[in-house]
Amino acid sequence: MFREMVRYFMAIGVVIGALAVPVMADHIGDAEKGAKIFKKCASCHRVGEGATHRVGPHLNGIFGRPAGGAGDGFRYSKGMIRAGNDGLIWELDKLEAYLENPKALVSGTRMSFRGLKSHQDRRDVLAFLRQYSDNPADIPEASPTAAPPEVVLSPETLALVGDPEYGEYLANECTSCHQRDGGDAGIPSITQWPTEDFVIALHAYKVKIRVHPVMQMMAGRLTDEEIAALAAYFKDLE
Amino acid sequence: MTLNRRAFIGTGAAVAATLSAPMVMGAAHGKPRVVVVGGGAGGATVARYIAKDSKGEIDVTLIEPTRKYYTCFFSNLYIGGFRQLSSIGHTYGTLAAEYGVNVVHDWAVGIDRDAKTVSLAGGAVLPYDRLVLSPGIDFIPGGVNGWDVSSQNKMPHAYKAGSQTELLKAQLESMPQGGTYAMVAPPNPFRCPPGPYERVSMVAHYLKVNNPTAKILIADPKPKFSKQALFQEAWGTHYDGMIEWIGPDFGGDNVTVNADAMTLDIDGEETKVDVCNVIPAMKAGRICELAGVTEGNWAPVGGHTMQSRIDENIHVLGDSCSQGDMPKSGFSANSQAKVAAMAIRGALTGSKVFPAKFSNTCWSLLETDDGIKVGATYEATDEKIAKVAGFISKTGEDAALRKATYEESVGWYAGMTADMFG
Ligand SMILES: Cc1cc2nc3c(=O)[nH]c(=O)nc-3n(C[C@H](O)[C@H](O)[C@H](O)COP(=O)(O)OP(=O)(O)OC[C@H]3O[C@@H](n4cnc5c(N)ncnc54)[C@H](O)[C@@H]3O)c2cc1C
Repeated sequence: MFREMVRYFMAIGVVIGALAVPVMADHIGDAEKGAKIFKKCASCHRVGEGATHRVGPHLNGIFGRPAGGAGDGFRYSKGMIRAGNDGLIWELDKLEAYLENPKALVSGTRMSFRGLKSHQDRRDVLAFLRQYSDNPADIPEASPTAAPPEVVLSPETLALVGDPEYGEYLANECTSCHQRDGGDAGIPSITQWPTEDFVIALHAYKVKIRVHPVMQMMAGRLTDEEIAALAAYFKDLE
Repeated sequence: MTLNRRAFIGTGAAVAATLSAPMVMGAAHGKPRVVVVGGGAGGATVARYIAKDSKGEIDVTLIEPTRKYYTCFFSNLYIGGFRQLSSIGHTYGTLAAEYGVNVVHDWAVGIDRDAKTVSLAGGAVLPYDRLVLSPGIDFIPGGVNGWDVSSQNKMPHAYKAGSQTELLKAQLESMPQGGTYAMVAPPNPFRCPPGPYERVSMVAHYLKVNNPTAKILIADPKPKFSKQALFQEAWGTHYDGMIEWIGPDFGGDNVTVNADAMTLDIDGEETKVDVCNVIPAMKAGRICELAGVTEGNWAPVGGHTMQSRIDENIHVLGDSCSQGDMPKSGFSANSQAKVAAMAIRGALTGSKVFPAKFSNTCWSLLETDDGIKVGATYEATDEKIAKVAGFISKTGEDAALRKATYEESVGWYAGMTADMFG
């Protein structure tokens, strides 16, 4: 579990490092290798001429597409539609974070894929997919395709076990909006999440890879301990 | 490693906290007693949190005259036809039955700070170890020329929800075709900074469908108002030509009303109006003055605990207090109530006290499925509650985002009222 989290934080590192020098599109990765790796995805996703939605949506023109498809006819999960409404656009950094661990970016996504653990594999697949995005020249090159340095956060920070009592106090802020009984009309439920998912989601808001402005603000001032404490509290809330 | 870390976090936060809370344990008369005046956003929340978290160790009495509390939040949506009145009314049954709060339906009419007692209109006198005042707002007499509370049945404020809101909606519905709805907006500071402008949007929504040639006139003493660019953009796109806003540059601060003649005089120019929604200047709920904890119009408090700067046995929450940067909103009152509840429990039972954190988000509805929001986080400094970070919706956002924002506000309403009333 902690390994997975460390890997996730490498993905976050991607974002933190996104200010690096712009690189051209074809430097994302090796598209030919990517075509082979894409076989793992092809049981659910099609890409290329005439591709249609299958178990998952087709991936033509995925770069720059809003999450939730903006009415492309695919039946997306509630979580994906919410992320799209919040403003998630599939740019390179977001796609990479999603491929690394889908749930880090979109809670409740139906993409039940464990994630591509190798940074290079992700880049290669994305280089492959990039060929099917209508007009690569129009895709902003600077931040989305920047080559990120990898930042690894210390495993100790990630191994924090939260104090549920402190979490209960901190949770008072959450329950002004999120319903304690798990109701999820308009605002998602945050009770009974697996700890890692909760921690991951809050860190993703904190570094602003998730886009909701209220949540960016709320998570922005939580320390690592506080996030762990909240996760510990909400996990067991009936 | 895991265990060490856990021990570290647990004690770290708790020890620091406990040290900062002097222990004034409950008096010799058994359980410590907390009396809360006002069962609204601040009062209901603080009563529920103290009762819930002290698990019976503190005796909590809530004094509130009305049996059903109508929330001001979403009362504008009722005016616009987006909510039923019944859906914004809440009772105190759960607080009493499930949390053991003693709910007393009466008015607090006097506070003896030396004896530490509250007297009620019905004659009872209640002793307290800590008193919480969250009585909302009252209006400043003479705030609007020609208007006093006896005019409110002709020119409603609808700034305390319930029968006033019903009256305003009934007046709106009986306006003649092509008639005029006037609003006299309040000066700063007042409860719910975007409230008057959300109301105008909801009135316009109703008129657009039912009375499209009607006009809305706003006389405003303020040169600018909350979320102004967002409201004005929406008024242009949804209600073009219907709404006229008259700021102080054009005499919006020089207003006289006549409730019998139904006229509104702005800077010497008299207009006959069909509805006149007068929202006068505000001050702390009167019981704060009676308790002697006000300075000027409001009751000053310290942000770490929401304790009155005048009497440390009294905490003042919500609209009545002056605390620094937080706007007067239900969300703010709810947020402050939780900080106060923790501080009071800490003082009376020695429970852990963590550093105060506050937040606020105010949603407003502009038109069907067109919601916006503004929000911020805050922390306590020794001087005040200080803003840490904030955000506001942007002009020109797409329809999906605006719809999601509206849906979020509906979710917030459910979460917030559950947090207040259980
Ligand atoms: C039109 C409108 C729209 C609004 N929309 C929003 C919104 O969308 N979001 C938001 O966060 N806020 C909103 N607000 C603001 C919000 O309603 C107030 O800021 C909030 O209710 C303040 O809480 P409070 O506890 O200070 O007072 P209140 O909620 O007003 O509660 C005070 C209570 O005290 C009682 N009381 C008064 N005096 C006494 C006494 N002497 N003895 C016993 N009881 C007494 C009253 O009966 C009342 O029930 C809106 C306000 C208005 C008017």
